[in-house]
Amino acid sequence: MTAFTDWTLKESLQALCKGKVSSRELTDACLARIDALQPELHAFLALTPELARKQADAADKLYAAQRKDNRRPVPPLLGVPLAVKDVLCQEGVTTTCGSKILENFVPPFDATAVARLKRVGVVTVGKTNTDEFAMGSSTENSAYGVTANPWDTTRVPGGSSGGSAAAVAARLVPAALGTDTGGSVRQPASFCGVTGIKPTYGRVSRYGLIAYGSSLDSVGALARTAEDLALLLKVMAGYDPKDSTSHDRPVPTYELPAEADLKGLRVGVPAEYFIAGIQPEVEAAVRQAVAKMEELGAEVQPIHLPHTEYALPVYYLIAPAEASANLARFDGVRYGLRVPSDELIDMYNSSRGAGFGPEVKRRIMLGTYALSAGYYDAYYGKAQKVRTLIQQDFVNAFESVDVIAAPVAPSTAFRIGEHSNDPLEMYLQDIFSLPANLAGVPGLSLPVGFDSQGLPIGMQLMGPHFGEETLFRTAHVYQQATDWHLRKPDLN
Amino acid sequence: MSLSLEEVEHIAKLARLTLTDEEKALYREQLSAILDHFTELEKVDTDHIPPLSSVLAAQTGLRVDKAHQELDTATLLSNAPQAEDDQFRVPPVKGAGA
Repeated sequence: MTAFTDWTLKESLQALCKGKVSSRELTDACLARIDALQPELHAFLALTPELARKQADAADKLYAAQRKDNRRPVPPLLGVPLAVKDVLCQEGVTTTCGSKILENFVPPFDATAVARLKRVGVVTVGKTNTDEFAMGSSTENSAYGVTANPWDTTRVPGGSSGGSAAAVAARLVPAALGTDTGGSVRQPASFCGVTGIKPTYGRVSRYGLIAYGSSLDSVGALARTAEDLALLLKVMAGYDPKDSTSHDRPVPTYELPAEADLKGLRVGVPAEYFIAGIQPEVEAAVRQAVAKMEELGAEVQPIHLPHTEYALPVYYLIAPAEASANLARFDGVRYGLRVPSDELIDMYNSSRGAGFGPEVKRRIMLGTYALSAGYYDAYYGKAQKVRTLIQQDFVNAFESVDVIAAPVAPSTAFRIGEHSNDPLEMYLQDIFSLPANLAGVPGLSLPVGFDSQGLPIGMQLMGPHFGEETLFRTAHVYQQATDWHLRKPDLN
Repeated sequence: MSLSLEEVEHIAKLARLTLTDEEKALYREQLSAILDHFTELEKVDTDHIPPLSSVLAAQTGLRVDKAHQELDTATLLSNAPQAEDDQFRVPPVKGAGA
């Protein structure tokens, strides 16, 4: 018997619609698998089995009503289990951001992305682990302990959406929400061998996403196929009056065509993403995937994104600067940890000193410095100017290509502890994923091979603003022709 | 470049963070190394380049400015470390603080 948990989101939906399985059975299967693997993987920070079973039973009632009277349509994602990254607010469910400062925070509202998915019938099973406030590339910065990579539990799952990536890879859930400020969906997707989408900035409302870098943050998703991501984005995307940076451009249906080729698609391969220091197997797998795309009809050409090397300093000035302002709200007054004190300023200082972990403090310090009097022009101002050049690189590139194909990260999943003592070395893991956030363009990460250790290798496809449809189509055609995304880690 | 201990303490004060002596020493070293790496940006000529203000050219207009009730007071106070008479309770403000 095929385990229900082996089904993709689409397969689960089809089985639910045909009555082959109930949402309750699917949900119970996911919850049982989560329980069995949580000690080994630690992908979740909170589980909500009672809520999930209640949602599943409600979904089953709607399916039953439809079977009696098929004029009653059911919502599009009715009854499928989903995990939510713990930086997205979910009403009534503890949302910690992987931080001690929010240990007991229970949001009184849903993030818009979560609300929209609940409205179309998803079953929410729990909140997934993350680097504290999404600041990190390994999930090691979570105040609640690291998540293990399902392909090798001595290695990191990537980050910051490491819990979501591990949960999807280990088939604990068919899909999970993630967020991506500098690669936090794409890099863990790559490390865990799953497919992830970081949409165009403004495509999905950021309302209820606890802010890290407001000009960079985007809400995305992780699943096993591009087709499943399209189903999720269609629901999440669109204008939201509660986020003035969300865009009112109409949301496409993201329907994937039946044709199995990439004829007419122009693919650019940026020289700047194949530099010394990249793991040779990563380069080889990505080049092989590009060759496969060519075989499928795509026209491949070399391109240049000349300011790529500056993305790291630009990002690590702008993101911490925005974080230092965004995280000012955690002061022990309205929510979160308060260290008692007989004086207000002391309470602020001690609550923040005790509540934030080392990487968050480091970024707050860095951002505060970059914005401080006398240094603003040299750091923050300079970074925003170079950011203009990075964005212009993409505008220029998309004049001659439809899609850019590149590695997601310079290596496969590294060992737990391997980079944790040197922040700069950890930041260098993000060099290929940062530019898309700085330019606001969409990026999709998909599995394209394995290294000699059996660890997954990811490739990212980047498109112009609002080019998600092309990314989904390209990845879908590739996934129809290959089976990397179907491989399953060897877990009990 | 190298940050002095006084600079680190000044940044921590601006950021409203109590740091231990060990943290101060560690951040002094790490932030200095990170900022050193960032001097790479000086190589880029940005004399006639405007700073980026928004990644998307066309932004959505403002929503209608209409008041509406989202959440009630009790709900908003439900996460407060200390609340009293429908208000957040905080310790007294003594010195200038800043």
